[in-house]
Amino acid sequence: MKKLLSFFPALLALALLTGFVADPTGYQVGDKVADFKLKNVDGKMVSLADDKAVKGYIVVFTCNTCPYAKAYESRIIELHQKYAPKGYPVVAINPNDAATVPGDSFAEMKARASSKKYPFPYLQDETQQVARTYGATRTPHLYVVTRQGSDFVVSYIGAIDDNSEDAKLVKTKYVEQAMTDLLAGKPAATNSTKAIGCTIKWKKS
Amino acid sequence: MKSFTLLLLAAALLWAAPGRAQQVSVIKFADLQQRLSRQNDTTYVVNFWATWCAPCVKELPLFEQLGTSQAGKKVKVLLVSLDYASQLDKKVKPFVQKRGLKSEVVLLNESDPNSYMDKVDPKWSGAIPFTLIWNGKKNRRATFERKFTQAELTAEINKFL
Repeated sequence: MKKLLSFFPALLALALLTGFVADPTGYQVGDKVADFKLKNVDGKMVSLADDKAVKGYIVVFTCNTCPYAKAYESRIIELHQKYAPKGYPVVAINPNDAATVPGDSFAEMKARASSKKYPFPYLQDETQQVARTYGATRTPHLYVVTRQGSDFVVSYIGAIDDNSEDAKLVKTKYVEQAMTDLLAGKPAATNSTKAIGCTIKWKKS
Repeated sequence: MKSFTLLLLAAALLWAAPGRAQQVSVIKFADLQQRLSRQNDTTYVVNFWATWCAPCVKELPLFEQLGTSQAGKKVKVLLVSLDYASQLDKKVKPFVQKRGLKSEVVLLNESDPNSYMDKVDPKWSGAIPFTLIWNGKKNRRATFERKFTQAELTAEINKFL
């Protein structure tokens, strides 16, 4: 028993190293997500579990400063307006290190959310732990999570649509396609896409 | 003799002036893919960047320096701009001119990254800067979805030489 006990810290360390910290890939479609508690621009803390009525969330890692995030800003607002009434509100998370990018400070986030009248929470991922856990790499980077009992499961990862420059030239609206499937109770036919974005500005270690 | 010196001087000035400035060709992914599959003994360093990407812009001098630090070795740099094609004359060309970039620059004119990204590398999630280094003859290939330091880039290139 003593031997087993002394072995335990080593096991724990190994689990920490391999399981939680050093997983560079983050969530895959089908994974259960861990809930988070992040500060919204209104000063309140927000968790996925807060709203018992939702069917899921459209979680968007985005920021104030990236031209791609800006190009998609109004499309993110439209996603919320279209899908919040259907049970899938948007939750926007800014993972950028404000020391590296002053334009992504909490004060600047507040200003952006208020000037653009964000109809959804805009949360600061100050420790960047949420972005790391999700495996987000860029802004914007989007995850649709669907409620299964008391859990939320990843249903779609990737891009909003296939043309960042011009919403009018979009041929395929990836998220809307996935949402149509999900709202019909089916898995998303296309559950993972890619798109260019700005690297998340990680804190310098 | 005097006129000859003047002529030399004029020629030298012409060489140094923007007459030698880099052209930026606009290419489709099929063209790029062809270039990304060359099988010879040259080590190719292909960096995906954009004028709007701050870490990319900061990193560009490292790739430019390869031209001098790896001179005499078979290393070729290609800078692939992911700026919108509509920004070619407004942003990309002036940027290339102003920075005096000597490496070859192309602009990849594809509106849907999802149509080509996996073909560059399935591991590429979509963030830039993104760099691909390969040597066809040595059958070696590596990709990096992050910004390099000088030391890191040199170390990676050395693995290919």
